[in-house]
Amino acid sequence: MKKQLFALLFALLPVTAMAAGGGSLPYSMDPDLQDKASLQNGMKLYVNYCMGCHSLEHQRFSRAATDLGIPQDLMENNLIFSPELAYNDQMHIAMQADDAEDWFGAAPPDLTLEARLRGTDWIYSYLLSFYQDKEQSTGVNNAVFDLVAMPNVLEPLQGVQEKICAATDEPVEGQSPDPLTGKYQSCDVLRVTQPGEMEPDEFKDAVYDLTNFLAYVGEPSKLKAQALAPKVLLFIFVLGIICYFLKREYWRDIH
Amino acid sequence: MGNPHKAKAERGIMRWVDDRFPATQMWQEHLSKYYAPKNFNFWYFFGSLALLVLVNQILTGVWLTMSYNPTAEGAFASVEYIMRDVEWGWLIRYMHTTGASAFFVVVYLHMFRGLLYGSYKAPRELVWIFGMTIYLALMAEAFMGYLLPWGQMSYWGAQVIISLFSAIPAIGPDLAQWVRGDFLISGITLNRFFALHVVALPIVILALVVLHIIALHEVGSNNPDGVDIKKKKDETGIPLDGIPFHPYYTVKDLVGVAVFLFVFCVVIFYFPEGGGYFIEKPNFEPANPLKTPDHIAPVWYFTPFYAILRAITFSIFGLDAKFLGVIFMGGAIAVLFVLPWLDRSPVRSIRYKGWFSKIMLALFAISFIILGVLGVLPVSEGRTILAQVCTVIYFAFFLLMPFYTRLEKTKPVPERVTG
Repeated sequence: MKKQLFALLFALLPVTAMAAGGGSLPYSMDPDLQDKASLQNGMKLYVNYCMGCHSLEHQRFSRAATDLGIPQDLMENNLIFSPELAYNDQMHIAMQADDAEDWFGAAPPDLTLEARLRGTDWIYSYLLSFYQDKEQSTGVNNAVFDLVAMPNVLEPLQGVQEKICAATDEPVEGQSPDPLTGKYQSCDVLRVTQPGEMEPDEFKDAVYDLTNFLAYVGEPSKLKAQALAPKVLLFIFVLGIICYFLKREYWRDIH
Repeated sequence: MGNPHKAKAERGIMRWVDDRFPATQMWQEHLSKYYAPKNFNFWYFFGSLALLVLVNQILTGVWLTMSYNPTAEGAFASVEYIMRDVEWGWLIRYMHTTGASAFFVVVYLHMFRGLLYGSYKAPRELVWIFGMTIYLALMAEAFMGYLLPWGQMSYWGAQVIISLFSAIPAIGPDLAQWVRGDFLISGITLNRFFALHVVALPIVILALVVLHIIALHEVGSNNPDGVDIKKKKDETGIPLDGIPFHPYYTVKDLVGVAVFLFVFCVVIFYFPEGGGYFIEKPNFEPANPLKTPDHIAPVWYFTPFYAILRAITFSIFGLDAKFLGVIFMGGAIAVLFVLPWLDRSPVRSIRYKGWFSKIMLALFAISFIILGVLGVLPVSEGRTILAQVCTVIYFAFFLLMPFYTRLEKTKPVPERVTG
């Protein structure tokens, strides 16, 4: 009986498993909240390159300092630029949303929860996918977010990336790989054509750190939760064993 | 053992209390001398677990209320304030959000237990009806609670569900506006949902839980065999197959509590978003009345009914599809209330029912799960047909029940429980 039910269930599963597939992302990353050097570098990049336009309304400088192991004086001297912001303040920006909308067409969103909203893979891919497009007012477009209003603020670090036609390892839809090289021909290949301050791998590491920092900002309690979890689970496990033996003792005479 | 003077003093205190309030009598009636069948299995953990989750929701809810700001301007930020600046706020909030999903998990399993062993059948009809009313109140409670974080999915989920009222002919649009208190979901809606979520509905739910338990203890618990244990009593009037709820089931339920808490804490500490099903991703963006999310899906525990709503894509008798969908969705819940009168089987438990009942219950459970999955996914032609098939099975389970339960051949029920 049970076997038949399971067979029926599994026969029906493929019909239901047609998940709503979103566009696939070119890159992925696993955040590492234990890597304080990465998080610190990410914060440095954020306040230098992003925070002109993107606030972190719910994140306090002081909390980041504590969690990332940044001494207060270093934070105050190097990471808090606005004279109006104090150590215990949230990471506000001076730009008004109305002005920003006039200037860019859309106000740059607050990024406190961006990593939880779109996911870290998206942020990582997005930041790596700007390419030169002279038809756009910002001079760039983005392969992950078409016609995005944001300029490529990391261009000094990355260099100029262009969309070119070239051979690629990534499978291209409706195309079989070249029998000799095993590669595909694509006109969507992004390649740095004028070097920036960083080598491509170095730049990828920097974007990783920046994304990692946003992963931390999305849920600062995660560090605490992960530290606490094993203790709580061990306690409940031991409690469960005690309860089990207590139950067995009480039920010894029930037949 | 113990200090005789102390024991005497305790007896003295209890006598003093008992002369004024039936404390000992209540303790005995509901715990130490409430005789429950000795053959409860795995399925019988979920009643006490539902009570545990209810207590969790009330306690964490009270603490959340201390820092939450029920205004359209402040709600979203106050939730992040709780997550970041309130001591242990993140834990309290995740206990509450995960608790909401856990509540429905245990309640669905608890209800399925009732279906399996015929716990709704005479003389337990009122136990079932009080339970169903709890479920209904719980759905309202969860729906209103989901608006409070004031995220995009909070807003648009509420928008979709409240707009269902407007499908009712004639009074619909006015009714929807009356529920919202505004022309669209606004801070006014948030305020009233807050009041209902933290004051009105919890009182209703608690009162119903008391009624559910009083009714249960009046008629006694059913068991996996569906045998009436009160028919065979010893010379002192105690059921031969009954054991006192306390200490036997209190210690047994503690084991269930530990297992439940372990799973619950794994979710809270490692997967608080529940893969995007307990806290949906669009809810990390503040509510924006001008921007509709690409795909609006209710939280998982409503999705079977949402799928039934969407499965109705045709109109009959001049009633439009949306209104019919609302009727079917309401009917899917309403039909559960009359279940005790649909089941005409001479036996209670699935163990002794015939093949037809077994197959129908299995098909019902499978179609309910498929509807739940479909309710999360965007609509497509194939999915709509599948949802329609599952909707037919869902209703067939109930509406054909008077026939198949009466006509099928049942097995003989033993005199005593089989363990």
